[in-house]
Amino acid sequence: MIQEFKQVWKPYAVALLWLLGLLWPLLGIHKDGTLSFNETFTVWIYIAAGSAFCLFLYLLNQSGTLKAVSSPLAGVRQTAGKATAKVPVWIWLGLLLVFALCYPIFTGRYAQDVATNVLIYICLGLGLNIVIGLAGMLDLGYIAFYGVGAYTYALLNLNYGIGFWTSLPAAATLACIAGCIIGYPTLRMRGDYLAIVTLGFGEIVRILLNNWMELTNGPNGLLGVKAPRILIPAMENGLSFEFFYLKKLHFLYYIALALAIVTIISVRHLNFSRIGRAWESIREDETAAELMGVNTFMLKLLAYAMGALFAGLAGAFFCARMRFVSPESFTFLESAMVLSMVVLGGMGSIPGVILGAAALIVLPEVFREFETYRMLVFGMSMVIMMVFRPAGLIPAKRMGKRGEEGDG
Amino acid sequence: MAEPILELKDVQSSYGNIKALKGVSLRVFPGEIVAIIGANGAGKSTTLMAICGIVPVEKGDIRYRGESILGVTPEKLPVMGLSQVPEGRRIFPRLTVLENLELGAFYRKDRAGIQEDLERAFSWFPVLKERRRQEGGTLSGGEQQMLAIARALMSRPKVMLMDEPSLGLAPLLVQKIFDIIRDINQQEGTTILLVEQNANLALQAAERGYVLETGIVKMEDRAADLLTNPEIRKAYLGE
Amino acid sequence: MEYFIQQLINGITLGGLYALIALGYTMVYGVIQLINFAHGEFFAAGGYVGVIVLSYLAGNGHLETHPFLCLAASFALTMVYCAFLAMGVEKVAYKPLRLQSRLAVLLSALGMSIFLQNALMLTQGVYDKAYPSELFQGGLEFGDVTVSYLQIMMVGMTVVLLVGLNLLVFKTKIGMAMRATAQDKIMSSLVSISANRIISLTFAIGAGLAAAAGIMVGLYYGSVRYDMGFLPGIKAFAAAVLGGIGNITGAMLGGLIIGMIEIFGAGYISGQYKDVFAFIILISVLYFKPTGIMGENIDDTRV
Repeated sequence: MIQEFKQVWKPYAVALLWLLGLLWPLLGIHKDGTLSFNETFTVWIYIAAGSAFCLFLYLLNQSGTLKAVSSPLAGVRQTAGKATAKVPVWIWLGLLLVFALCYPIFTGRYAQDVATNVLIYICLGLGLNIVIGLAGMLDLGYIAFYGVGAYTYALLNLNYGIGFWTSLPAAATLACIAGCIIGYPTLRMRGDYLAIVTLGFGEIVRILLNNWMELTNGPNGLLGVKAPRILIPAMENGLSFEFFYLKKLHFLYYIALALAIVTIISVRHLNFSRIGRAWESIREDETAAELMGVNTFMLKLLAYAMGALFAGLAGAFFCARMRFVSPESFTFLESAMVLSMVVLGGMGSIPGVILGAAALIVLPEVFREFETYRMLVFGMSMVIMMVFRPAGLIPAKRMGKRGEEGDG
Repeated sequence: MAEPILELKDVQSSYGNIKALKGVSLRVFPGEIVAIIGANGAGKSTTLMAICGIVPVEKGDIRYRGESILGVTPEKLPVMGLSQVPEGRRIFPRLTVLENLELGAFYRKDRAGIQEDLERAFSWFPVLKERRRQEGGTLSGGEQQMLAIARALMSRPKVMLMDEPSLGLAPLLVQKIFDIIRDINQQEGTTILLVEQNANLALQAAERGYVLETGIVKMEDRAADLLTNPEIRKAYLGE
Repeated sequence: MEYFIQQLINGITLGGLYALIALGYTMVYGVIQLINFAHGEFFAAGGYVGVIVLSYLAGNGHLETHPFLCLAASFALTMVYCAFLAMGVEKVAYKPLRLQSRLAVLLSALGMSIFLQNALMLTQGVYDKAYPSELFQGGLEFGDVTVSYLQIMMVGMTVVLLVGLNLLVFKTKIGMAMRATAQDKIMSSLVSISANRIISLTFAIGAGLAAAAGIMVGLYYGSVRYDMGFLPGIKAFAAAVLGGIGNITGAMLGGLIIGMIEIFGAGYISGQYKDVFAFIILISVLYFKPTGIMGENIDDTRV
C-alpha cells in the first residue's frame, strides 16, 4: 500500500491545493473590502477529509488488503448467484409483480408518492433508452415529448372535456408526431451535434410553451385538469352510470404501474424483434448497416418516434396526476436527469434503467436533509461514474443470442 | 560495429483486440539503412508505432542508444534524436509548407541552426521552396512525401523511421525518393529504419533487412542476400 | 433609421461577447472533439469572480480612486482564475476519458456543468449578484442613437482580446503548435509537441476569453446569476458551428452574426422569442452546411 500511496500522493496534494485556490475567491473575498480564510478553510477541510478517506479506501483496495474481506464475500455472491439462477426468471418477476401490486396496502402516502414518481421515470427512462441504448443516438431534449403529452391532455381536457383514457392515445400520437418533426432534420447529424441540436429543440419547445399565451397560458400554466375517471354503475333511479374520478393516490399508483408494465413489455418486445436487431446494427456500425440494406433513416426516425410515444404517455399521466401543468416542469435539467438514469443505470439494459430511475428518485428522498447539495452531488456523481464505470451499474448484455453462442 | 543504436527485444504489442506483434526482435546499428519488409498486416507499421510509443508495448523491451525507451511519451523522442516519417505522410493539411518544416524543428531553440536547416531542406527539395507558402494539404502526393521527409530531417535526427515512403507514388518519383534516402544516409550519417511493402526497392537501398510475417521476424540477413534468396524472391519480389 | 443604427451597435456589442465565448467552444472541439458543456459555467464563473473582485475593491475604496486600474486588475485576475478552473476541470473530468466513447465524455461534461453551476449557487447565493454601478455612466449621443461608454469599453476590450488571440494562434510558435495539434494529434506528438500541454493551454485560453465576456455581461446587465451560463453557452456554440467548428476566424464571425441576428430579431420580429433565433440558425446550419461558413478545422485523421 505504501507503494501505491507514493505514486498517488503528489497529484492528490496538487489537486487539493488547486481546489483551495479555486474555492477561496468564492468564499473569502467580501464586499466590504475584507479578506478572510475561515469559511474557505472549513469547507476545504471537510472536502479534504472526505476525499482522503475515499483515497485511503481506494488504496487499500488496490493493494489487495481488502481481499480478506471481499474474497469470501465474492464467494458467497457466486454461490448465491448459482443457487438463484436455478430458479426460473418468471418466478422472480411474479414475486416482483405481487410486491408491486400489494405495495400501497402497507405503505403510506409519502411512499406511494415516491413510488409513483419512480414508475413515471421508469417509463421515461425506458423511452429514452430506445433512442440512446437501442439505436445509439443522443437526445438531450427528450423532455419536450413529455411536455407535449402533458399539454395535450391538459388542453383536450380543459377545452373539450375529453377524458384521460381517450386522451392517452392522442397524447401518444402527438408526441410521436413531435418526435418525427424533431427527428427529421436532426438524424443526418454527427453524434455530438445531434446532442446539442436536440437540446436546442427541447429548449424551443419549452420557450414556445412559455410564451404562447393564447394556447398554453404561458408561465402560469394550465389549472384544473381533471383526474382520470371511470364509469361505475350507480343505483339511483334505476340503472345508470356515473363518473368516478380516480383522485386517490393509490389509484394513480396503479395506473402508473400499469403504464410502466406496458412500457417494459413493449420495450422488451421491440428489443428482441427484427426492428430491435436492426437498431442494434445501427448502433454498432451505421455505415455497415446501411450497406447491408438497413434503411437507417427510417429506423432512426422510428426509434425517435417510439421513444417520444412513451414520453407522451408518461406526460399525459403526469398531467392527470398533478391536475396542473406548466413549462417549468420541462426544463433541460429534467432531460439531463432522465439521461443520467439511463446512462448511470446501464444503457440499453432494462433492469439497468429501472435501477437508475429508482436510484435517482429514491436516493434524494433518503438524503432529504442534504437537499441543498443534491444537484452538486448529482453532477459530481455523473463525472465519477463516467470516469470509473462508464458502462453503468447494470450494463447491457448482448441482445439476442447468435447461433453459435446459444447453447454455450 | 559498435552497440546497436536501436534495439527491439521480443516486443509484443496489440492493436485494439488484435495481437499485432508477437515477439519482434531486431537491431539497427549507427549509420545503417535497415529495411523491414513483409506482407500487409504483418505488423511493420505497428513496429514503428511501438518504437515511438504510440502503440503500447505489452512485453519485451525497446532500447535506444543503450537505454530503454519503453513508456517514454512520444513527444520526448525527437529531442533524443528519433524522428518518424509516418505512413500516409501526415502533413499538417492547413498549415503551410514552411510551417510544417518549422514544426519539424519544434523542440529546437537555435534560430540560426533552424534557418540553416531550412535552407538545406530547400536545397534537397527545391519544389518545397517554390511552394513554401502553400497549405500542406494542397500539395501532390510526391511533394507531401518530400515535405514529410524534410520535416523529419529538421529535427536533426540520429535515427529516422520511415513508414512506407513509396505508398501511392508514381514509380519515377519513388526512385527519386529512394535516391534521396540513400543520399541522406550517406551525407548526414542518419541511421534509417525503413518499413516498405515494395521489397525490391527497400532491399536495394538497405544494407540489412528483416522479414516480418504475422508479428514475428521470420528472417534476418544482409539485404543483398535477401534479394537473391529464392524464398524471398517468390514471396515478396514477384517471381 | 436611427433605430437600425442603435440595433447595429447593440448587435456588435452582443456579437463580440458571443464571439469570445464561442472561441472557447471551437478551440476545445478542435483539439479533442468535445462539446465542453461546462464552458458556459466558465463564463458564469467569470461574471462572478469579476463582481467579487470589483465589489471588494469598491468596498475598500480603491475603485473610486483608481477606477481603470481596478477594472484592469479585475479582468486580469478573473481571466487567470477561470483559466485555472478550466485546467482543473479538464484534468478531472475530461482527461481520464480520452479513450472512452464520445457519449461518456459528453455526460461527464454535463455532470461538470451541473456541478459548477451548483457550486456557484451554493457559495454565492441563489439571487442575482449586483455589479457596482458607479463605473460607467453615460455615453455619447448622436441624435436618437446612444453609444454608452460601457459599450465602447466592451467593444474595445473584445477587439483587443480577439486581435491578441489571432496574433497568438497565427503568429507564434505555440499558436502553430495549437493549430497542429488540432489537425493531427499523433503527428504533433511525433514532432515533440506535448498534446497534454496544448490541450490544457487551449482550455485555459478559452476559459479566459469566456471570463472576460462574463465580466462584461455583468457590467452591462448590472448583475450575474448562477445559471447565466446556460443559454449564452448554447448560443455561443451555435456561433462556433456557424463559423465552422475548430475554425477560430469562423467563431469570431459566427459570434458576430448570431449577436446581430438576436438583436435584430428581437427588435424587428419578436422580443419574446429572441432566444429561439440562435437555435434555428444552429439547426439550419447543421442541416444544410454542417462544416459552417469558413470550414472546419479538426483532426481529420480520427474516424
